[in-house]
Amino acid sequence: MLLAIDTSAGTSVAIVDPSTGSIVALRSTPDTMRHAEVIGTLLAEALSAAGVRPSSLDGVVVGMGPGPFTGLRVGIAAARTFALGAGLPLHPMVSADAVARQEKVAGRSDTIIVVTDARRKEVFWSLYDLSGAEPVRIDGPGLSKPDALPHSDARRVDAAEIPGAQLALAAAALLAAGLPLASDEALYLRSPDVTMPSGIKRVTQ
Amino acid sequence: MNIDNPLVLGIETSCDETGVGIVRGTTLLSNTIASSMDEHARYGGVVPEVAARAHLEAMTPAITSALADAGVTLDEIDAIAVTSGPGLAGALMVGVGAAKALALAIEKPIYAVNHLVGHVGADVLRVPQSATAGSSEIDAGEIQYPTIALLVSGGHTSLLLVRDLVSDVELLGETIDDAAGEAFDKVARLLGLPYPGGPEIDRAAVGGNPKAIRFPRGLSLPKDHEAHRYDFSFSGLKTAVARWVEKKQDAAEQVPLADVAASFREAVVDVLISKALAACAEYGVPRLLLGGGVVANARVREVAAARAAEAGVALRIPPLSLCTDNGAMIAALGAQLIMAGHAPSGLGFGADSTLPVTDIQVG
Ligand SMILES: [Zn+2]
Repeated sequence: MLLAIDTSAGTSVAIVDPSTGSIVALRSTPDTMRHAEVIGTLLAEALSAAGVRPSSLDGVVVGMGPGPFTGLRVGIAAARTFALGAGLPLHPMVSADAVARQEKVAGRSDTIIVVTDARRKEVFWSLYDLSGAEPVRIDGPGLSKPDALPHSDARRVDAAEIPGAQLALAAAALLAAGLPLASDEALYLRSPDVTMPSGIKRVTQ
Repeated sequence: MNIDNPLVLGIETSCDETGVGIVRGTTLLSNTIASSMDEHARYGGVVPEVAARAHLEAMTPAITSALADAGVTLDEIDAIAVTSGPGLAGALMVGVGAAKALALAIEKPIYAVNHLVGHVGADVLRVPQSATAGSSEIDAGEIQYPTIALLVSGGHTSLLLVRDLVSDVELLGETIDDAAGEAFDKVARLLGLPYPGGPEIDRAAVGGNPKAIRFPRGLSLPKDHEAHRYDFSFSGLKTAVARWVEKKQDAAEQVPLADVAASFREAVVDVLISKALAACAEYGVPRLLLGGGVVANARVREVAAARAAEAGVALRIPPLSLCTDNGAMIAALGAQLIMAGHAPSGLGFGADSTLPVTDIQVG
């Protein structure tokens, strides 16, 4: 069984069984402000609902974003230490892959652009081809102004939540096919917001 | 769990140090610190987003290294302790998320604790002799309560009355504007010196006359006694230094760097130690504990030692590696809570950037 953690939007924790494709446990909240508060309880509840001990899982899937940074980091930090603590492999994923897979599961087979909030009047986007057995990301993730989104011919899917179970199943599909996952680096797509100190200001008038 | 001598792993991410420390009861086993200070140097101060990104990258390597240094494995750990606040919210959240998941993964309890009280907790640690070499530890005996604690860093300047480490801590005063460490950084910058300012001011002050310029002592006038007896203010001091330097420059005179640095530093140290010793006198507590990164400043330790001796106050300064922000002090406080029979925190606590010192444990 795989545990998935994603805090790139709200917080989603899921435990899935890739051998059957079934969702064993799912705990999530759309709250985008309380990732640090809820992560422990959602993890504990999911483990308890699945009736598994951490060390008997097979791996930890984690959404690396993109997403608002402060919350995103909570899930990545949690996934990394959980994997370390339970002695499990870590499988980093692009968070939007979960949304694409959800569309595929819902029977769609077109080309979609998954759009999520990036705050500061910008959005994150990723482009997927759903025509095959599993979604294939063909461009992105990227950051853009809402009115400057690329790939206007693709069907737009706005996502307020990342479904953790689909993230885990998408990872399982990539692993089974021997395909690469995401790199183990947070997808910020933006430099830290810092202003270089201007010259020293006089205090004497 | 071993209640008498628990093996605790502590995680600290309140500012720019990712600290992971391991203690067994009151014995320090390891103290791994990854600092992002160099990344902040070009900005002249700690940038919260830069600090938070660095915490995320440093966390698991720091845990692995702390375990290796301590010679223990995760399945031996009895409990996890973590800083819940005060500090930078985004930085704290990395530690909170990491600590909760680690505790769940190893199926052990978690203790969410107060960063400032953690600085006091550092003093209970017995340190292997080699690690104290070169430190100015003055009293090797056990810490006694009540004690006054002066905690000074780039993030906080607080004066506490600690009646009991795990159950009774009172805030007597704190800075109402800049932290003392920030004042060092800002004055260093206006003197054209790099970040961090503390060591730079120290270097510049060599040979300077600390009495050359009488810079103001913030909130030290009789009129301040009522409302701000034990509070600190350093922004007026910074402005006074800037004004003094500008006047020299406007007159096309050489700025006597050593005298300015020494006089500024003296003003900071004087107000810190005066207020701390005044608290010792008023509360009848002949014990003073120093903590926080600014304690690395040699002049702070010198003046504290001389004036505490004069006042008949026993001074305690933990080894410097335990004065700066670190995970061992958080583990030490967690261990104290366990040994005092406190129940673990629940899983619902968050990061509280303004956590009051009276909240020694959270959740
Ligand atoms: Zn501190």
